[in-house]
Amino acid sequence: MNELKMEVKNLDFYYDDFQALKDVNIPLESNKVTALIGPSGCGKSTFLRTLNRMNDLIEGSRVDGNVLFDGKNIYDQDVDVVELRKRIGMVFQQPNPFPKSVFDNVAYGPRIHGLKDNETLEEIVIGSLKGAALYDEVKDRLDDSALGLSGGQQQRLCIARALAVKPEVLLMDEPASALDPVATAKIEDLIDELKNNYTIVIVTHSMQQAARVSDNTGFFLMGDLVEYDRTDKIFENPDDQRTEDYITGRFG
Amino acid sequence: MLNWTTKEKIIKNILMLFAFSSILFLTGIIIVLFREGAPIFTKVGISEFLFSSDWYPTYDPPGYGIFNLLSASIVVTIGAMVIAVPFGVASAVHISYILPKKYKNIVKPTIEMLAGVPSVIYGLFGMKILSPFLRGVFGLPTGLTALTAMIMLGIMSLPTIVSLSEDAITAVPKSFRDASLALGANRLETMIRVILPTASSGIVTAIILGMGRAIGETMTVLMVAGGASLFPSNILKPVRPMTATIAAEMGEAPVGSEHYQALFGIAIILFLITLVFNIFADIAQQRFKEKVSGE
Repeated sequence: MNELKMEVKNLDFYYDDFQALKDVNIPLESNKVTALIGPSGCGKSTFLRTLNRMNDLIEGSRVDGNVLFDGKNIYDQDVDVVELRKRIGMVFQQPNPFPKSVFDNVAYGPRIHGLKDNETLEEIVIGSLKGAALYDEVKDRLDDSALGLSGGQQQRLCIARALAVKPEVLLMDEPASALDPVATAKIEDLIDELKNNYTIVIVTHSMQQAARVSDNTGFFLMGDLVEYDRTDKIFENPDDQRTEDYITGRFG
Repeated sequence: MLNWTTKEKIIKNILMLFAFSSILFLTGIIIVLFREGAPIFTKVGISEFLFSSDWYPTYDPPGYGIFNLLSASIVVTIGAMVIAVPFGVASAVHISYILPKKYKNIVKPTIEMLAGVPSVIYGLFGMKILSPFLRGVFGLPTGLTALTAMIMLGIMSLPTIVSLSEDAITAVPKSFRDASLALGANRLETMIRVILPTASSGIVTAIILGMGRAIGETMTVLMVAGGASLFPSNILKPVRPMTATIAAEMGEAPVGSEHYQALFGIAIILFLITLVFNIFADIAQQRFKEKVSGE
């Protein structure tokens, strides 16, 4: 097994009295794509949000266990959540660009982290847009509102916006579920490209997508991580009967 | 026995009648205002009416210049906003983003209840509590001043501003907040750089409607503003806004007299100002909806 960027150990998660995640253990390898699959409500999105502590925002939620990031538990008292989220970026299910220009969307992160120099800012914005395979499509309208872009472009803009703060890990919550097949294919190509520089964790409800883009796959069911393995192993020869039932479409 | 299609038609027509009746009332009000008030504009001249500061409707020869009254209304309204906007927007931010939900459900309706308190009660409070207090603090001959009116109108427009600003802030999609936080912004940065700019046109609507409330308020200013038709050069002196003038003098103005027409003239000006406010509020609201729905 390769170097681990993150490692989750004995993670429990509760919404008030409801336990949404039960004793989850999963390694996340550096520069690999890890896909999380499972039926709706299985806890895969909840799990993803525990990785950058976005679940902190939910009133009445509680976490037990360890999420190690470069060996350090991100739930320790002395962890700076703001700094953590800078290093672990996130792309959401619905494209959510700010109602600002394309440029200002991508520049948002660097700006709040104190970058004022316009030249450097422009460099980062253009680099990030290129990184998200969007630059050629928007280079003439950087000052136009991001809301005028198509859904697929908006999602790649959100990826560019996340890349602009130079994260080490990229969390993606069903990033293509709101997009058409062409836009989806572009996002998938992009993920393949991005893993050279980032560790990627992607939640998807599409098993084909998981099979296409990921190196490793975890299968969640009702808050349990049923099985985790190399993607080809999961799809060709899973150990657990429930995994096989799910990927062959017998339920879900 | 009527069949259901006929019944439905009848009900539809009755509802339509009710719906149109409010338009009818509005048209009626406009017609009456202009029929009664317009003659003063031709007699005195519009610029004389608006920009002369001689309001001596019962003198001989009379003066019908409303400049001092108009200025008083504007100054008092601006003053009320200077007080109400920071308080109102800060409350709205707090209620929408900081207060836990269970408290929000108590606090917001409570603030909205302020809007239901009859204005004469605000007037009493201003007259008997605030005014003596200000007189003492500033050593004034009377506590019934422009400042007193500003404070009271500020308080009275708070519920409008808080409630509508809170709606606007809450209507900003949570996904914007999440996106900002996920980029490593803290909550304050998220509020200032993403949420407030997105909600800004909604907040502007709230402020304009609050201004409409302040400039149109009559009973309170009648009771606390002091009633002197002076130019509002000093907020510690009494003033007489347009609404107070109409309320105070209409009873004594013989129907159809020039004085009577001049008071209707003031009403026309007031009506036009609030109309403009409402139009701007509508435009801002429209822009806000476009921003939030992402079109």
